[in-house]
Amino acid sequence: MSDPAEASLQKAKELVEDLDFKHVTSWKTEHPGALVVGHLPIYVPRPLFEAMGCLPVTIFGGGDQLDVVRGDSFFQSYICHLPRSTVELGLRGSLDAFDAFVFPSTCDVIRNLSGMWKMLFPKKAVAYLDMPQNFSPELGGRFYAAELRRVAAMLVQSGAKPLTSEALSLAIVHENQRQALLDELQALRTQEPWRIRASEAYLATRAGTQLAASDHSTLLLELLKGFRERPARAYDNARVVVVGSFCEQPPFGLIRTLEQSGCDIVVDDFQLGLTAIRGPIPLREGEEPLDSLVRAFLVQGTPTACRYVGNAPKGQALLTQIKQHRADGVVFLAASFCDPALLDQPMLEKALDDAKVPHTSVKFSENTAQFQPVREQAGAFGDSLKLWGGRP
Amino acid sequence: MTAQVIGSEAQANPVKDQSQLRQKRMIADHYKRLSTAREDGRKVVYTFVPGNLTELLGALDLLPVLPEINALQSGMRGKSAGYIAEAEKAGHSEDVCSYVKCDLGMSLKGNLGPTGEKMPAPDALLLSYTGCFTFMKWFEILREQYQCPVLMLHVPYQGDGSITPEMRRYVVDQLRHEIVPALEKIAGKKLDEAELGRRLAASARAEDDLVKVWESGKKRPSPVDGYFGGVYYVGPIFSAFRGTEEAATYYQELRTEVDARAARGEGPMTPDGPMGKEKYRLVVEGPPCWTSFNDFWHMFSSEGAVVVASTYTRVGGLYDTGFRHDPEHPYESMADYCLGCYTNLNLPSRVDLLERYVKEYEADGFLVNSVKSCNSFSVGQLQMMRILQERTGVPGGFIESDLVDARYFGKANISNRLQSFFQMVEARRARKDLPLPPPVEGRLLQLGRTA
Ligand code: SF4
Ligand code: SF4
Repeated sequence: MSDPAEASLQKAKELVEDLDFKHVTSWKTEHPGALVVGHLPIYVPRPLFEAMGCLPVTIFGGGDQLDVVRGDSFFQSYICHLPRSTVELGLRGSLDAFDAFVFPSTCDVIRNLSGMWKMLFPKKAVAYLDMPQNFSPELGGRFYAAELRRVAAMLVQSGAKPLTSEALSLAIVHENQRQALLDELQALRTQEPWRIRASEAYLATRAGTQLAASDHSTLLLELLKGFRERPARAYDNARVVVVGSFCEQPPFGLIRTLEQSGCDIVVDDFQLGLTAIRGPIPLREGEEPLDSLVRAFLVQGTPTACRYVGNAPKGQALLTQIKQHRADGVVFLAASFCDPALLDQPMLEKALDDAKVPHTSVKFSENTAQFQPVREQAGAFGDSLKLWGGRP
Repeated sequence: MTAQVIGSEAQANPVKDQSQLRQKRMIADHYKRLSTAREDGRKVVYTFVPGNLTELLGALDLLPVLPEINALQSGMRGKSAGYIAEAEKAGHSEDVCSYVKCDLGMSLKGNLGPTGEKMPAPDALLLSYTGCFTFMKWFEILREQYQCPVLMLHVPYQGDGSITPEMRRYVVDQLRHEIVPALEKIAGKKLDEAELGRRLAASARAEDDLVKVWESGKKRPSPVDGYFGGVYYVGPIFSAFRGTEEAATYYQELRTEVDARAARGEGPMTPDGPMGKEKYRLVVEGPPCWTSFNDFWHMFSSEGAVVVASTYTRVGGLYDTGFRHDPEHPYESMADYCLGCYTNLNLPSRVDLLERYVKEYEADGFLVNSVKSCNSFSVGQLQMMRILQERTGVPGGFIESDLVDARYFGKANISNRLQSFFQMVEARRARKDLPLPPPVEGRLLQLGRTA
């Protein structure tokens, strides 16, 4: 019997694997004059771009399917892999259809890459978008609003539609609809992990980074229907949270390896960019929608390695997540040389140790080809969770 | 990142200049004050070099501790390997900045500072988030350890190569509404704005003198080494002393000494004594390797290579493009200071600055020392080299090492590369029609551990 989710999953997979960004070219043909804005991980406020008629597209580097030659020559061996394959994509012309690029303030690599990009591709519009690390509305909030206006002005100069309140409100509504569906997907995964494998949830989510919110919603509706309708048998695997691969992405095969090692990944941060704001962005009467976008970032932001947590205890959010999703343990899966993830990890490990939550740690690079050691490590971890349990 | 070498024996000048003696005294006194801070009822604030607010801390009678400086001191004193091992044993990755691990290791081993005296625990961590992402993580880690408040000052990056009014306002407002009130609470007293003004004025005087010292590198021969010697010169101004009368006096003395050396036609002092004939004039980008500082310096000085200007000595403040602290506009100038530190500039601005240095200081080569620890510095350096070579027509050299992780200092390899670089500079000087070296290919570089 065929899988009712298969066709939609295939669609998602094609979007994720399309290193020539043909879907971007097709979108441009369907939307004459509209701009495509490429951005690096983790988060950018997508509704802002959509409101200006632009398609925001996340660039996650080249994964394990790209032969990186020229990109490699720009980076020393102790820098993560994502910027190399991103430069490779740029130099081989795969990003020619993009009109503008936004580099959010994720880390020093992406920050410096913004300047490299300006020098490598002087004809393209390039903006560095500084997210505030101060979350007071009068301080960080005001600054962030100015940042968003600055980026919007750059896009207008490049030919985008000027930002209007009506268009931004509508884009936020679309984003909220998408978020609700992503929440549904996550809830289904938490309740019935045997129904959706982590790799499938990954494709379903990541595809959305290449689409307008409403198109992603359409795809998610199809997928959810398919997942619900597919025959599935409940089983009781160890349940794990995967943390640390929010930027450079693990190869798809590595995600598959993890999920085949006897653990159900019930929640992960692979696609943190789409879940960086928790819950819908509230639109308030009499408030500019730009301010709504700003407020959501300030007060509803997901704690990440790149976001200052203030004086809140480190690891609290992870422990809540473990409880919420009834996880037994944590797999730290950080990209080699990823400062944010690797500097965060010991603090999170300590919080887990204090709460007696088992954890293990694996490093990868987007072009890792050897999965066997991971298979063994994750298998042993899954076995130990099943034998001794871990749920706090 | 920081550039300060404090009172180290590394500068083995047998006849110490007045300024050197003064700096040594200042540092010894500071560590003494820190060691008795608890008994004396003084409050201690840890903070970082780029974007430090020393005048403000001083005006509130708070004592600063700069963990980066402790780390580099540990590196120079051969202690960093043990500290890094300790931090890695505690779960910190080999991949991340060695300053952080060195500092954590030091605190795990009893927190003995560079002078062997115990460092006081912080009453607060002033997180000036300027030019480096790791700073935030570093203080998050320290906060877990010391359970003290963190005061975050988010300094935006100059993504477009300039300071906008919105950026300035954001920093000023954080200073006024969050940082100053929080520091006042820790200090237990109100900020005396007149005292802050006096300190900012003293900073500006010191900054004027420091710029003159830097600019003396334009002379032939250069009376200063703007990198190896330069890290000593920035000691007071990058750390606990900016804004003090003593630091202002130090820079006055230093300037007088440098002027005198220039008048006598002398080159800089090196660990091996006075520098011989100036053969090569270089500009250097990137930090030094502290664990082998003297060896590293010797590789240059023994070849007659003088560093006439460097960017590392601008991480704690970029003064030779005109910025000065300003008592008339205290908050705005503190904001501009933070925003203007070298690693807070975008890559095109960094290339422009290097180009300016190469041209104005009439350098005949430039060199990048790329350190494994520091993404803030290192990402983009290979591209910077290519562009710089094209724009200036002088050859670029490239070496790799680390700040305080001695496992990444391959002495023979670095020495060989430097030799070929010097030969190339020599050849190009003799014949301008010779081709410039091909771009350094990142994919051929593999910085491995030597031990
Ligand atoms: S993988 Fe980590 S270090 Fe590399 S660009 Fe992404 S966040 Fe930055
Ligand atoms: S990453 Fe660089 S700038 Fe940041 S703390 Fe380490 S050495 Fe300093």
